[in-house]
Amino acid sequence: MIETTLDTACHIGEVTFKNPVVMASGTFGFGKEYGKLYDLSKLGGVSGKGITLHPKSGNSGIRVHETPSGMLNSVGLENPGVQAFLDEECAFWETLDTVRIVNLGGGTIQDYVDGARLIDDDSQKRQSEGRKAVDLVELNISCPNVKAGGMAYGIKTCIAREVVREVRAATTLPLMVKLSPNAEDIADMARMCEEEGAEAVSLINTLSGMKIDVRKRRSVFENLYAGLSGPAVKPIALRMVHQVCQRVNIPVVGMGGISSAEDMIEFIMAGAEAVQVGTYNFVNGQAGADLAEGLERFMLEEGIRSLNEIRGIL
Amino acid sequence: MATIISNRRVAEGIYVMHAEGRFEAKQGQFFMVRGWDNYPLLSRPLSVYDQDERGVKFLYKVAGEGTRMLSRMQAGDDVTLLGPLGNGFPAAEGRTALIGGGIGIAPLFYAARHLEQADLYLGYSVEVYEEHEFRSLGHPVEIDLGGIVLDRANFDDYDTIFICGPEPMLRAAQMKSAMSSGRAQVYVSLENRMACGIGACLVCSVGCENGRKKACVDGPVFRAGEVVFA
Repeated sequence: MIETTLDTACHIGEVTFKNPVVMASGTFGFGKEYGKLYDLSKLGGVSGKGITLHPKSGNSGIRVHETPSGMLNSVGLENPGVQAFLDEECAFWETLDTVRIVNLGGGTIQDYVDGARLIDDDSQKRQSEGRKAVDLVELNISCPNVKAGGMAYGIKTCIAREVVREVRAATTLPLMVKLSPNAEDIADMARMCEEEGAEAVSLINTLSGMKIDVRKRRSVFENLYAGLSGPAVKPIALRMVHQVCQRVNIPVVGMGGISSAEDMIEFIMAGAEAVQVGTYNFVNGQAGADLAEGLERFMLEEGIRSLNEIRGIL
Repeated sequence: MATIISNRRVAEGIYVMHAEGRFEAKQGQFFMVRGWDNYPLLSRPLSVYDQDERGVKFLYKVAGEGTRMLSRMQAGDDVTLLGPLGNGFPAAEGRTALIGGGIGIAPLFYAARHLEQADLYLGYSVEVYEEHEFRSLGHPVEIDLGGIVLDRANFDDYDTIFICGPEPMLRAAQMKSAMSSGRAQVYVSLENRMACGIGACLVCSVGCENGRKKACVDGPVFRAGEVVFA
């Protein structure tokens, strides 16, 4: 009786998530692998592996290094390219009963725009046939691993504005911009996204970090720096989500080290509409299912019927 | 969850863990293993050393915090196992050699147990371990201590060769294979760092002649000639 009254739904524009548990880009492939471990319809959404207009082979050398309570990664946006994603992954995405988010990166602004158009054209074609594979575009202006793009766009608001504006004009799909914690002023960046017509922002992407192999006397990573994620970054992420929520009126999707239902609740109390879960997928292969269940348990224990009762209370 | 049946030290920093459960691991496959809740974050990829009716065995070396924690676990403790994962060794054809360097001997034991004929070459740097177990399989075993185990095998004597060991050894094996007559199909088992273990995160990526592959799902066993060592 009590269960049926729980309201865990979240909204970004017209898109409704059945719960706030969204799997973060880069940690979940396109969902197929984890789909073998549990039922993906338990999730609020899935943000796919970041894609770019052209395929990328990513960084060579070591790509992961564990840190206390975290990990550094230097994958370098390895991906099959937008067209291969549309051709090879979207048939599976059409079958998913969860919000499907395509994460789009780019090298040049033209790459971003062309990628966004390809996705949009495909989406309209499918829609005319009564099918749907993508619900939302998450624009990656913050991947710190790509020398030519990523980092540069996500740091200065005036440079990021150009990308957001161009991609906004290139897609009819709802747009969420994923922000970098390495931005000069992340709240300012979020405000810019709102001004440019984004439906939402998500944050934080990984923090730029470093690891030196003292015996070899060089960086563990060929790319020198790598992206830090995991519980180590959670307090920073939470603070940034809180700051951004004070500045914008569009939905904010919070992420950074989330590993429990209580962690998710913290982000929601800080003002997040929904959350994303990344590194914890590597800790627990059932992360999504466990967190969705844990959230309901927490709500029951605390007598919370709707997440709106606690959202943004700080 | 799997309960540990035994976890014994067999040499300095080298352990064999026997974990209970019914698995259907094939030769050369691995498990993502953790003996703790959230920290360290990542599970450790350990190849299958052996498998019996009671469970699965891992021969592992203490290399960092995670394996140190595993080494301190005792019979009755629980470990979390995700697997078996990966493709493992292909079917061996003709005369077969298995060559292991250091802890790289681990996946060769279970592989050898399923072969009617195999010559085993085991290389150690400091201390020999599990020699008795390997000899009990009934195959010829050549032990190398402190030298270069690869030098003991003539690749042209074989049709199939499985190799596992540190990267310099695999690189040398690739060169040796390229300079041989080409009779032997040479396969290497890689020990890349992993995070998810199931093909989602791309951190175990392997440069191959036809682009990048994933050590976890496309491997960990690859044709020696196809890997492009950095």
